[in-house]
Amino acid sequence: MSTSVSEDDTVWTEHVSFIDRIPRWIAMLGLLAAVLAIWQASHSFGIVSPIILPSPGETGQDIIYVARNLISGGYMLKALWITTQEVLVGFLFAMLFGFSLGILVGETSFGERAVMPYLVAIDTMPKVAFAPLFLSWLGFGIASKVALAAFIATFPIVVGTAAGLHGHNENARMLFKTMGASRWQTLIKMKLPMGLPQIFTGLKIASVGVMAGAITAEFLGGGKGFGELIRVAASQLQTPRVFSLILYLSLLGFCLFWTVVLVERRLVFWHRSSGPTGAVR
Amino acid sequence: MDVPVKPADRPLTGRDTRPVYQLSRVSKKYRQGNIQALSAVDITLTEGSFSSIIGPSGCGKSTLLKIMAGVEPPSSGRVVLDGKPVTGPRRDIGMMFQQATLFPWRSTIENIVLPIEIREGRAAARKAHVDARELLELVGLEGFEEVYSHQLSGGMAQRAAICRMLITRPQVLLLDEPFSALDEISRDFMNLELQKVCMSRRATTMLITHSISEAVFLSDRVYVMSARPGQIIETIEIDLPRPRTTEMMVTPAFGVYVQRIRSLLDKGAFQ
Ligand SMILES: Nc1ncnc2c1ncn2[C@@H]1O[C@H](COP(=O)(O)OP(=O)(O)OP(=O)(O)O)[C@@H](O)[C@H]1O
Ligand SMILES: [Mg+2]
Repeated sequence: MSTSVSEDDTVWTEHVSFIDRIPRWIAMLGLLAAVLAIWQASHSFGIVSPIILPSPGETGQDIIYVARNLISGGYMLKALWITTQEVLVGFLFAMLFGFSLGILVGETSFGERAVMPYLVAIDTMPKVAFAPLFLSWLGFGIASKVALAAFIATFPIVVGTAAGLHGHNENARMLFKTMGASRWQTLIKMKLPMGLPQIFTGLKIASVGVMAGAITAEFLGGGKGFGELIRVAASQLQTPRVFSLILYLSLLGFCLFWTVVLVERRLVFWHRSSGPTGAVR
Repeated sequence: MDVPVKPADRPLTGRDTRPVYQLSRVSKKYRQGNIQALSAVDITLTEGSFSSIIGPSGCGKSTLLKIMAGVEPPSSGRVVLDGKPVTGPRRDIGMMFQQATLFPWRSTIENIVLPIEIREGRAAARKAHVDARELLELVGLEGFEEVYSHQLSGGMAQRAAICRMLITRPQVLLLDEPFSALDEISRDFMNLELQKVCMSRRATTMLITHSISEAVFLSDRVYVMSARPGQIIETIEIDLPRPRTTEMMVTPAFGVYVQRIRSLLDKGAFQ
């Protein structure tokens, strides 16, 4: 009788289902293909009208058309640049206000007791409803779009920063105390770095919100951005154009989000959950 | 030929030397919860001596150590180190806790020079890298300078924390259960390291521990505390030669000390 165990003798082992064995990229492409097939089928069998849902082919052609316009520096590139500016400047302002308020709330008892309740109250309001106010204050130019974008994106950063500053542990605080650290040193060298994971969670949420803010303001207040192109295309029932514009817009949002993620990976390399979804890598 | 009066095998017990740290009638009442944590504690640490505090959980040991470190004010009483009253954190006091608390965004050596960086700035911290390397060698961590702390084991992290405590060349070391999160084997090893460090630096040391044998093994003097409000109920001199070795832990003399402290603690816990 042999004591060695061959593979056939294994009676109990981890079972991985067939679907879970498929490599990730094949699964993703497969899902995409399935969606496109259903899309094409619903079109071929006349289930939905082409005005409501254009065919994948039409949409593909329009995606290429828009790409040409963007590459050749046409009016669409100018529109995209305007929206990009709104988003980036809005994000910068959101970080400025978000970090300042977050530190005020997370670091001082005045901020925590007196300022935080108001921030929570404003945060529960539907912030898009402030758009007409910004338009009437700042006009139909780029400023009103920046304002709404920044306004929406500020809150997640405040919450992330404040939570991050509260996240340090008692041992670290005691250690800094024994080293005779000043309040400023404790903030800069301990609390802020320790809070970076939460701060980046806030920044990731903000990077999505800032896009929504800029586009909403363009829908409501005109201007010359990408949102306006979408609005015009939709009003002319150019549905393929709407789809392809949305695709390029999402690329802009994607770039912003991934910039945040890449900065996070550099700064928070020591934290296991630094990544787009906060998952363990 | 002259026979030396002082036994040569006990060169470092600070029993007959100068007092450096004096606490007289130190009491502490936490206003929050109205808790009387300490009542009238008197302790004198002589230069280069090693003392331990042992007592039931929650009796105020950590509170006492925080007062000694100058991070928590006493409600009443006098705390004097080297002739100067302790009124805040001081450079000549080094402290260590149960958790190593290394900062994961700093490499080992950057963690070790952190106290210098905080007190004297970045330039001084860079200069202290030389000292830090020496300390790393002392605790057997050479080669781990640039490693980040999440790559260190628990015992290695505590050794790095020892280096961080020593980098400012403190005269007094205050240790709050520094190795109680480690397994028993690493713990015995760390205690030998600690003895080596304290002997080579001639540091005056105060250790809090829950382990009776650890207290006997390391100390010249063991203070036994009562349940809250914490008071010193007995001071026991440990008359064993230095350096202490693990073999001593099975000698009858060692067992007598352990037994003595155990019976005191049993009495204190149920009174
Ligand atoms: N900051 C504080 N505010 C209020 N009460 C406190 C504070 N710190 C400690 N206490 C109380 O003081 C008492 C003594 O606490 P301390 O931490 O000194 O005990 P300890 O002897 O170190 O206990 P352990 O052995 O469990 O570490 C406890 O009852 C605790 O609840
Ligand atoms: Mg304690």
